[in-house]
Amino acid sequence: MSGEKHTLWAVMREKGYSRRDFMQFCSFAAAAAGLGPNASAAVAKAFEKKARPPVVWLHFQECTCCSESFIRASHPIVADVLLDAISLDYSETLQAASGHAAEKCKADTLKAYDGKYILLIEGSVPTKENGVYCTIGGRTAEDILQEAAKGAAAIVAWGNCASYGCVQAAKPNPTGATPIQKLVNKPVINVPGCPPIADVMVALVTHLLMFGRAPELDAQGRPKEFYSRRVHDTCYRRAYFDAGMFVESFDDDHARKGYCLYKMGCRGPVTYNACSVTKWNEGTSYPIQSGHGCLGCSENGFWDNGPFYRHLPSFPGFGIESTADSVGVALGAVAAVGVAAHAVSTNIRKRKLIHEQVAEAVKDTPNSEKVD
Amino acid sequence: MPSRHLYRRIYVWELPVRAFHWINALAITVLGVTGAMIGKPFSVTYAQEASFQYWYGTVRFIHFTAGYVFLFNMLVRTYWGFVGNRFAAWDKFIPTTKAAFQEIVQVLKIDILQVRGTGAIHIGHNRLAGLIYFITAFIFGFQALTGFALYASMSHSVFGKMAAWVIPLMGGEMAVRQWHHAMLWFYVLFTLVHVYLVFYHDYVEGRGTTSSMVGGWKFERDDLLDR
Ligand code: SF4
Ligand code: SF4
Repeated sequence: MSGEKHTLWAVMREKGYSRRDFMQFCSFAAAAAGLGPNASAAVAKAFEKKARPPVVWLHFQECTCCSESFIRASHPIVADVLLDAISLDYSETLQAASGHAAEKCKADTLKAYDGKYILLIEGSVPTKENGVYCTIGGRTAEDILQEAAKGAAAIVAWGNCASYGCVQAAKPNPTGATPIQKLVNKPVINVPGCPPIADVMVALVTHLLMFGRAPELDAQGRPKEFYSRRVHDTCYRRAYFDAGMFVESFDDDHARKGYCLYKMGCRGPVTYNACSVTKWNEGTSYPIQSGHGCLGCSENGFWDNGPFYRHLPSFPGFGIESTADSVGVALGAVAAVGVAAHAVSTNIRKRKLIHEQVAEAVKDTPNSEKVD
Repeated sequence: MPSRHLYRRIYVWELPVRAFHWINALAITVLGVTGAMIGKPFSVTYAQEASFQYWYGTVRFIHFTAGYVFLFNMLVRTYWGFVGNRFAAWDKFIPTTKAAFQEIVQVLKIDILQVRGTGAIHIGHNRLAGLIYFITAFIFGFQALTGFALYASMSHSVFGKMAAWVIPLMGGEMAVRQWHHAMLWFYVLFTLVHVYLVFYHDYVEGRGTTSSMVGGWKFERDDLLDR
């Protein structure tokens, strides 16, 4: 597929889409990019004229849930166009070619489209033992990454793995799993989540295709459009949170009534993601709507912030059952005992001093008027 | 045989210092109690519809308000460290001289080993107390910083924005929350030891340590005063 200079519109026509489908897609793209409804004409023009950039999708240490999410985007045309028509020149999971043919296909793309292709990365890169924990075609993940990153027009890190390291990077991180942003010295667009929401992924790729550059990013490299608010901010159970009405156990009456899951360890208040707005699976539901707290899957190090069903995470260095509170209570008890022991010892060891002062004070009383 | 001593009254804690102390104590108490409730809410009432009650939101509101009081109070006290009297001055918190370190050893001997002191002890903060308050000030700062960082996502406050950089630095909001919560226990321990030591010194030395934070006056032996 590489080498052709088709526009998006040409590809869609080839695949039998009507002009109407195309215009629909353009309005979706405009909306996804945060442009007004009037912009879809301009978007259509761009997609008619601009050659689509090739897309290379690399897989490293991951479970392919990002790919799984991606192919379930709610806009069927978008999914179809992006997967079939955009030249997905290299993706172990989705491409038709395999083996040496696949590797050659990628090599050709990197060469022919140097500085133009979009690089999408799923998974973290192991750095321990010279990267032996993940090799493809005899080369280490890091080697493949560095080669592909060099000529990429944009680099996207899909999911928590590529953004923060996810479960592979959880303590003790045996493979030295490292997120992409720490390995390449180019800007990386982080799209965290485990997996990221399909529509968020599609909207981001659409934005890149349309403008050829990244949308507005926050300090952690995440598209602001989808990651500037917490799950908690637009959670439909928020009223119960503010009212102080909480689920106390998963099988109680409060759970049935749909109260706030804060006390069940819901990570919504510390998690930046669009779940409570876009929802999942064509807008059907999201975890909290299904009665389960947020796990914080789009946050850095969320596996190490467990247990998931407790509000406070384990206190580092004190075992899984400990919290800051249990450590604090123990320290408080030690301090209280220490203080009591000290008070007793004071009355024994300082006895003489105290007696002296009392004796002295009595004698001094008549003179005290003179002082000051 | 006890010798007779003349005692003098010294105005140690000026009004702004005393005001700082009690506003701080109040703010920390309110922050601690509401903070603990935010960290571990208990069930108050489920009698009404959610639209008719807002107690948890109110608890959070009080916590945030007290946070502002805590911050500004701290800033005023810092300023007073530069314009206040010599007992309030900033350099009383940082031991630099040999004498200061000798005094710290002295205080440790008196307080921990419980032997009789021989050297000079400051009438204001003793040098060890000063150093501990200096470290405490950093923990106050840490608490304000992490608190406002967590506050950033739910307000347009400039203070929140100014503190937001802490979140990626500490590895996400969960970590910030964890440490902000853990430091609650620092305050519990601090208060316990602080109040005890005040009573202890007053009990053993009779210099009016406890009441000095109300009226500002302490008492010192005349023959020790010119140090
Ligand atoms: S269920 Fe979770 S996200 Fe929703 S209001 Fe409660 S704490 Fe926030
Ligand atoms: S609700 Fe939380 S854990 Fe669930 S998908 Fe959204 S961000 Fe991830």
